[in-house]
Amino acid sequence: MGTAGATTDMTIGLSHYLTVGAILLVLGILGIFLNRKNVIVILMSVELILLSVNLNFVAFSAALGDLAGQVFAMFVLTVAAAEAAIGLAIVVVYFRNTGSIEVEDISTLRG
Amino acid sequence: MSWTLALPEIVLAVAGLAILAGGVLPKRDTFFPASMAVVGALLLTAVLVIGQEEGTAFGGQYVSDSFSSFMKLLTILGGALGLLLALDWNEKEGLGRFEFSVLVLYATLGGMVMVSANDLMTTYLGLELLSLPLYVVAAFNRDDARSSEAGLKYFVLGALASGLLLYGASLIYGFAGSTNFDRLAEALSAGQQASPGLVVGIVFVIAALAFKVSAVPFHMWTPDVYEGAPTPVTAFFAMAPKVAAIALLARVLLGPFGDVAAQWQQIMLLVSMGSMVLGAFAAIGQRNIKRLMAYSSIGHVGYALMGVAVASDEGLRGLLVYMAIYILMNVGTFAVIVAMRRGGRAVEQVDDLAGLGRTDPGTAMWMAVFMFSMAGIPPLAGFFGKLYVFLAAVQGGFWVLATVGVLTSVVSAYYYLRIVKVMYFDQGVGALDRAPASLSVVMAGTGLFNLLFILWPAPILAAAGAAAAALLA
Repeated sequence: MGTAGATTDMTIGLSHYLTVGAILLVLGILGIFLNRKNVIVILMSVELILLSVNLNFVAFSAALGDLAGQVFAMFVLTVAAAEAAIGLAIVVVYFRNTGSIEVEDISTLRG
Repeated sequence: MSWTLALPEIVLAVAGLAILAGGVLPKRDTFFPASMAVVGALLLTAVLVIGQEEGTAFGGQYVSDSFSSFMKLLTILGGALGLLLALDWNEKEGLGRFEFSVLVLYATLGGMVMVSANDLMTTYLGLELLSLPLYVVAAFNRDDARSSEAGLKYFVLGALASGLLLYGASLIYGFAGSTNFDRLAEALSAGQQASPGLVVGIVFVIAALAFKVSAVPFHMWTPDVYEGAPTPVTAFFAMAPKVAAIALLARVLLGPFGDVAAQWQQIMLLVSMGSMVLGAFAAIGQRNIKRLMAYSSIGHVGYALMGVAVASDEGLRGLLVYMAIYILMNVGTFAVIVAMRRGGRAVEQVDDLAGLGRTDPGTAMWMAVFMFSMAGIPPLAGFFGKLYVFLAAVQGGFWVLATVGVLTSVVSAYYYLRIVKVMYFDQGVGALDRAPASLSVVMAGTGLFNLLFILWPAPILAAAGAAAAALLA
């Protein structure tokens, strides 16, 4: 965060990273709940949420001068890959059974 | 090195790899031997857990104490019994693939890691190791549209929940300066005001864990997933993941965030009351017994979370006793539900139980025991589970919470007793198939536990008391 003066005001500080992270999180959540078209978009939204988390971790890690945040981000990256693989596999199984991946069609179970 | 503290987890992980390799090599069907090997590995792990020393390992990432041992034994019990319920069902439904048992093993391992987590990183890795196999087993009946839909729904909402947990973890890390529970506790006990960023982080973590235990207002996936998933998988969902997530919730809130209880106590009170009320009223209209059990499990989670919400020694002990009893009445009920077949086809409506009291008195008697126990009628075990959490709420001065608990258990008694009425007084359309031996054994064992708990409650009470004292020390 910059001190007074025209040039230092332009520095990108922790709060900027956190703002971008928060915007990405909200976009991801909205993508899951407002999306009515396609399940693939939901998978992309989940990745967006995880990216916002990674951005937060790395920004905090740099600000605190502590490496734990970056290690955490590495774990998140690897687990996110496994999660996406399982998600796509389930989408394929679902598509084989119903012939559609429209979000609105996912509603046989209710009561 | 103190890595030997994690020996149960390491042994279970290696056993899982060995069973996976042993399942791939032969060309024949290996579901039954693989399941037996998994049950054996779980028993071995349970023995190792009992003999485990206390302390922290891996740079403070992992903790072993009597709280973790107690909850790990419950998780292992849930995993092993869930697999036993699947033995017969999976063969009959054509799901007899050995991967199922290995997935159950790794989900149980994930639960054990969660229970022993002493750092937000371990928390996250344990949660994902638990969740990823669960997404797969929910969709395990891959030729059935309902099962794959259940898997898809569970995956989307589960991935969202772990995203929220991570976002909360990142805020906690940033505003408290550490991810380690011990150091978080030090940072927060200094007596200063908790910063808003930290409170938001805690709320995110609570929301994610409330999702995993299916507490109101994050319960919406539960009925759909419970109905769509194969029945033994539903039974497993109602046991191991709930125990692990409730243990983690208790450890996080009462451990590092115990000193800022004022910030989260109101939330937990509302979550607990909401779950009890929804579990009592939404189940009344259900005709599908798996959906009914989904709402019933939401209600039971509400009672259990009462123990966290009161944030006291007695509350935590009540929670532990409740979870132990909940597992054993739930697995018995699901043994009856898994056994529900007519002419070889699985049926799952409450009305399909009609006339069971005449056609199969043994199964009907055990089901009646489980229903009375779930409703909390003395002298069955379920009554004592509720008694201890209600006592803790009253001792803590939470009269409203205790009153809501008593009233909702009266309401929920309606739908439990309706099942008993259907079994004994309604005219059935035809007899159900005989229950296979493996399920009858599970019914009899858990039924006897529910009946006889009153005679010999001391071991569970003592173990729960020691475990609660270890966490709050």
